[in-house]
Amino acid sequence: MRITCPLCGDRDLREFTYGGAAVYMDRPGADADLDALDAYLHLRDNPAGPTEELWSHDMGCRAWLKVRRDTVTHEILGTALAAEAKRGAG
Amino acid sequence: MRLDTGGLIDRDAPLRFRFDGKGHAGLKGDTLASALLANGVRLMGRSFKYHRPRGVMTAGSEEPNALVQIGAGDQVAPNIRATQQEIYDGLTATSQNRWPSLRTDLLAVNDWLSPFLGAGFYYKTFMWPRSFWEKLYEPVIRRAAGLGALSGATDTARYDKAFAHCDVLVIGAGPAGLMAALTAARGGADVILADEDFRPGGRLNAEREEVGGLPGHLWAEETIRTLAEMDNVRIMRRTTVTGAYDGGTYGALERVGEHVGDLPDAAPVQTFWRIAARRAILAAGATERPIAFPDNDRPGVMLAGAVRAYANRWAVAPGKRIAIFGNNDDAWRTARDLAAAGVEIAAMIDTRADAAGTGDFPVHRGAVVTGTRGRLGLTGLSVEGAGGREEIAADTLAVSGGWNPAVHLTCHMNGRPVWDAAIAAFVPAENAVPGLLPAGAAAGRMTTAAALASGDAAARTALEALGAAAPTPDVPQAEDGGTAITPFWHVTGTRGRAWLDFQNDVTVKDVKLAHQENFRSVEHMKRYTTLGMATDQGKLSNIGALAVLSELTGRPIPETGTTTFRPPYTPVRIGALGAHARGSGFAPQRYTTSHEASRARGAPFIEAGLWYRPSYFPRPGETTWRESCDREVRMVRDSVGVADVSTLGKIDIQGPDAAAFLDFVYANTFSTLKPGRVRYGIMLREDGHVMDDGTTARLDDHRFLMTTTTAAAGQVMRHLEYVQQVLRPDLDVQTLSVTDHWAQFAVAGPKARDLLDSLVDEDIADAAFPFMSCGPVTVAGVAGRLFRISFSGELAYEIAVPARYGDALFRALVTRAESLEGGAYGMEALNVLRIEKGFLTHAELHGRTTPFDLGMARMVSGAKDCIGKLATTRPGLNGPEREQLVGLKPVAAGAEILPGAHLFSEGAEAVRVNDQGYVTSAGFSPTLNTTLALGFLRDGRARHGETIRMVDHLRGVETACTVCPPVFFDPEGSRVRG
Amino acid sequence: MRYSALRLLKEGLTGQKGWTPHWRDPAPKDDYDIVLIGGGGHGLSTAYYLAKNHGLTNVAVLEKGYLGGGNVGRNTTIVRANYFLDGNSQFYSHSLKLWEGLEQELNYNVMHSQRGLINLFHSDGQRDAFARRGNAMVNQGDDAILLDREGVREHLPYLDFDNTRFPVYGGLLHPRGGTARHDAVAWGYARGADRRGVDLIQNCEVTGIDVAAGRVTGVQTTRGPIRARKVGIVTAGRSGQVAAMAGMRLPIESHVLQAFVTEGLKPVIDHVVSFGMGHFYISQSDKGGLVFGGDLDFYASYAQRGNLPMAEHVMEAGMTLMPMIGKARVLRSWGGIMDMTPDGSPIIDKTHIDGLYVDCGWCYGGFKAVPASGWCFAHLIARDAPHEVAAKYRLDRFRTGHLLDEEGTGSQHNLH
Repeated sequence: MRITCPLCGDRDLREFTYGGAAVYMDRPGADADLDALDAYLHLRDNPAGPTEELWSHDMGCRAWLKVRRDTVTHEILGTALAAEAKRGAG
Repeated sequence: MRLDTGGLIDRDAPLRFRFDGKGHAGLKGDTLASALLANGVRLMGRSFKYHRPRGVMTAGSEEPNALVQIGAGDQVAPNIRATQQEIYDGLTATSQNRWPSLRTDLLAVNDWLSPFLGAGFYYKTFMWPRSFWEKLYEPVIRRAAGLGALSGATDTARYDKAFAHCDVLVIGAGPAGLMAALTAARGGADVILADEDFRPGGRLNAEREEVGGLPGHLWAEETIRTLAEMDNVRIMRRTTVTGAYDGGTYGALERVGEHVGDLPDAAPVQTFWRIAARRAILAAGATERPIAFPDNDRPGVMLAGAVRAYANRWAVAPGKRIAIFGNNDDAWRTARDLAAAGVEIAAMIDTRADAAGTGDFPVHRGAVVTGTRGRLGLTGLSVEGAGGREEIAADTLAVSGGWNPAVHLTCHMNGRPVWDAAIAAFVPAENAVPGLLPAGAAAGRMTTAAALASGDAAARTALEALGAAAPTPDVPQAEDGGTAITPFWHVTGTRGRAWLDFQNDVTVKDVKLAHQENFRSVEHMKRYTTLGMATDQGKLSNIGALAVLSELTGRPIPETGTTTFRPPYTPVRIGALGAHARGSGFAPQRYTTSHEASRARGAPFIEAGLWYRPSYFPRPGETTWRESCDREVRMVRDSVGVADVSTLGKIDIQGPDAAAFLDFVYANTFSTLKPGRVRYGIMLREDGHVMDDGTTARLDDHRFLMTTTTAAAGQVMRHLEYVQQVLRPDLDVQTLSVTDHWAQFAVAGPKARDLLDSLVDEDIADAAFPFMSCGPVTVAGVAGRLFRISFSGELAYEIAVPARYGDALFRALVTRAESLEGGAYGMEALNVLRIEKGFLTHAELHGRTTPFDLGMARMVSGAKDCIGKLATTRPGLNGPEREQLVGLKPVAAGAEILPGAHLFSEGAEAVRVNDQGYVTSAGFSPTLNTTLALGFLRDGRARHGETIRMVDHLRGVETACTVCPPVFFDPEGSRVRG
Repeated sequence: MRYSALRLLKEGLTGQKGWTPHWRDPAPKDDYDIVLIGGGGHGLSTAYYLAKNHGLTNVAVLEKGYLGGGNVGRNTTIVRANYFLDGNSQFYSHSLKLWEGLEQELNYNVMHSQRGLINLFHSDGQRDAFARRGNAMVNQGDDAILLDREGVREHLPYLDFDNTRFPVYGGLLHPRGGTARHDAVAWGYARGADRRGVDLIQNCEVTGIDVAAGRVTGVQTTRGPIRARKVGIVTAGRSGQVAAMAGMRLPIESHVLQAFVTEGLKPVIDHVVSFGMGHFYISQSDKGGLVFGGDLDFYASYAQRGNLPMAEHVMEAGMTLMPMIGKARVLRSWGGIMDMTPDGSPIIDKTHIDGLYVDCGWCYGGFKAVPASGWCFAHLIARDAPHEVAAKYRLDRFRTGHLLDEEGTGSQHNLH
């Protein structure tokens, strides 16, 4: 697998570390209930197909990326800096 | 035997080699197989299950029979294909999986027992009596199984791994591959041409045909010369592309030095390549397939294309009298080429009644081979056709059931090949591997002309995708035709065993039995019979078995399906894939700046988070680690000790929102911390469990320095980046790991201030620099930092200087400490000191503990949100049923407490349902003259004073312990404030 | 048909003509008491024990491909009971006891071989953690022996004791740990279930789960609708998709785990050796192949294949630990879909829909659990109450925090 880091370009999988589903970006605050926590931390759509997830380019520029990827074909469908994606969404 | 003329071998370069102890002569350019055939050796191996005598069948890496061991002694290499091994002077090869000799193999008794050893027989027996499986049956089976042997000694061969990048990777240097490489290179692409063989050219080296007016092998030679002169082309010989992976990544094994006897010192024997290619062209050719008929496995029965290859490329006639059996026009080439080479053709047997073709030899149209003779080598065969049955004397039978395109790489990413009725074979599905373009025979283009055209076309497709201009077309003339085929898989109406998978001894009967027992899906048939699981991964056998299954089920072959080919295409040594890891190469080794000085003091080292840290510093007269450890603990309690703590993670955190950031990642509050002060913090995972602990210093308003534990330094750093970038990009803060930038030493003990006073310029008296202070200091003219923190409970400091001064500072600190009756201390003493104080390490913070368990629930600030806060409110993470941190002391001072032992109430049996907790850390405290331990005990905080039973089944120790608070020494903390 | 040595002899003498199918290929009926979705190891053992222990035979196992085609047919075949948390200990202990008699129970040689499993450790801290584990195993009534370095050397003289990156301090020996022939386990349970009347229906993909008024009523399949009073989901890595048919989200993320086998070699490794520091474990099959594996590839995947970085890492671990395997050649690599939970432990529980049950979350440890998982899931379905050794495998434990995290790596699914 090769992932295109928005900062570094096309790089080998071994430079990156998977960091879980991109739902981690939308963290419930301390006043949320345990159902919200359960949904955030544990329950997953776990799709067989395109999904959004977080990767860290930790053997590279150490940017966290939001990656759109197909879990059946492993095709990388898009990458963005997580911080920018979060700011854009926020 | 060697033919008098022809061949791509160097008749002026004779080489000597040995096979099973006997010396032979070969020529440069020979493989072991060609050289053995040239010497009249036909028996080269034994089959896996029945130990049937076997000779070479193929001329390539798919060889199932002629597997030998190369070398001798503890560096012997098993399962080497004689068809791939180039000979060199002094090569030693031995046959394998036979005893006592290749000619006389006692396990051939299995062949006599074969009526009882059909597919899956072992699932139905060996069950009585129960204990006999492990004691008797299985050991016997294991000894009989296996092919070659490992010596059991360290593999000392040199291996390498490397990366390569290119625009176009061309896999295979036959006509299609050469043409593809040429066109791609002329279009300006950066090309890698990888070929499995040591001589590029593919089938052009094995056939008698012309390309562009030249003999095919000369055209190949010329084309390789042209390519070699181009700067944008890399030619990799002896390189098998073994796997297709995601994103245009290919694995490839280069056999750098297996063909030479004396490898230069620096050279690897193999290099494993990871090739990142923007486009790849699969020009791996095709593999010929056998036909199943009774006793089709005798030495001397070979594939027709291989027989031709031995004659044309190596000038070797595999026999004196050759019969050919085929269902296609290509088989006739073997008859014609061998006849032209002067070899007697006993018969050309074609299953097709209407087969075209003529030759100056007996021809049997519409006929089949129904049996063979010859125990250790073929002597004759039976043919049946319209004209009845005929016995034919022959020492070689060349068989061709057609050719299978080498689709394997296109299956590595779950692609399923598709059936092409025209060639009666599977061809690659379109876009089975993104960016991989099949060409030539691999794509089902079976003639040389079609292969050349398809290689050129694939290169043009690749160039277009890369945005490069295609060069002017220039494809040479070549033969086009002679590929007609009528599918024919196995001879029916005969008795006897007809082999499908030669190595694993799977016959048509086995497939029939599998079907009879309802193993009817291809995968079931394969798993039940073990077909296709031999070292060729079914390259020769899969299609034949599919055809048999298809007949049995009445479903056509494409509906019957195909099994998956998985990486690697040909087997790859673990040593090559694991290159550089042997010995210490597996993981980085990290050394502190004080390493040399510590070593000079005789310290043994232990590993901690890839670092090496000193265990203790033995002094003359000390004979055990305990003596040194006890002395070092007393030293710290009584005078002063010095320890290197540089391995703890150090993270520089800066920005206007640094304080808010820390409030978010720590459970407790840091925004209230004043500049120049230090605070202990615990950090949670989002699931409410403790991730790590440590101190963080506020250097100024917008700058903090965080300390992590050694083991969790990397995890915490990544976590901070995660929080900063993924969760809170709204905060203006930056983080940087500075662990390696600073050398940091703990100076601990009542005389710590005395020691440091003499080293630093600044006033560090208690008033100016109280407990939990930090600030810049000047150490012998060097700008450093001083922290008044303590992991020992003593008056203590940690002093940090840029790493390049670490060695000097450590030596200076230790020398001064020694002058104060102190000295260096190691991890053992550090551990005892912290246990005495109830401080935590990852023995306690093992990922399952919560702030509640540790008695730190109140540290989780109610005034703010933080990572993990919500999760700590889950009912399961709180409550008396949870095991809580306690101290443990033996009732009888000095009795053993062992980490890993479990805790039980007095009088309760030591079984799971009574389990109350466990010991995490223990050590002998010279300070309190008893063993001390930390552990987790159910509802432990409510049980201080209770006597509890520690049981260690594994080491046979039971100790009555008193439960107490986890801080054993100076619970008021007066000493650190001294 | 009962298998025996005598039968083998007779069939050998009469051309193997008398062997009958291992199982029937019945057409699906339109109504069953119980439908199990998934014909893998766990589904087949559940069917077997529903029939054997509870007398429930109006049962169908619906398999979208072929029986035993999932993880039961693509693992490293290790069987062990070396867990240490209450909840796991008793379950895996129960499973191992079922293994120890499975051949006779099923009249099928699954080649369970208790070759001994050795978990290596490399520091005092790791020794302490393994001591805790070993003591828990003995507390449970299982076996564990703590070996020092010399003890390990006696068992595994071929390890590199002198130059390796992580020198061996010792090991935890689990003498009753070992391996089994993976396919045979699926086939043995399938044959046993079929003989007791369970319908094993291959090439039958479930496309929907029918729920009415909070109660399951049946399933939709590629071979037509099937009514059922109770439905069990036993679909491992595909659990998420199947549960979604009932509108549920599961605490599961599917990941890929690779495994490897070498060409056949004469016996050289007798035990199962586990090298946690390098995420590497290895054994040698009866056919002679070295069977080994490592860690997850660490990305969500349904592809049943992995990539080179982890493959190389696994080989590297092998080379630092036992460099004598360098010349063994990897013949085949493959991947399975691991149903990873947030604590690394499985789920055997009812759902909020009456009559709908799930057995999933086996992460990469499902093979050894096949007997007990079937035993307990059958119990749950038959009695509508959890079996005592699986009572902690609740679906809601992540929400409530009653976790079973053996690795201590926390709630991120792939970190276990």
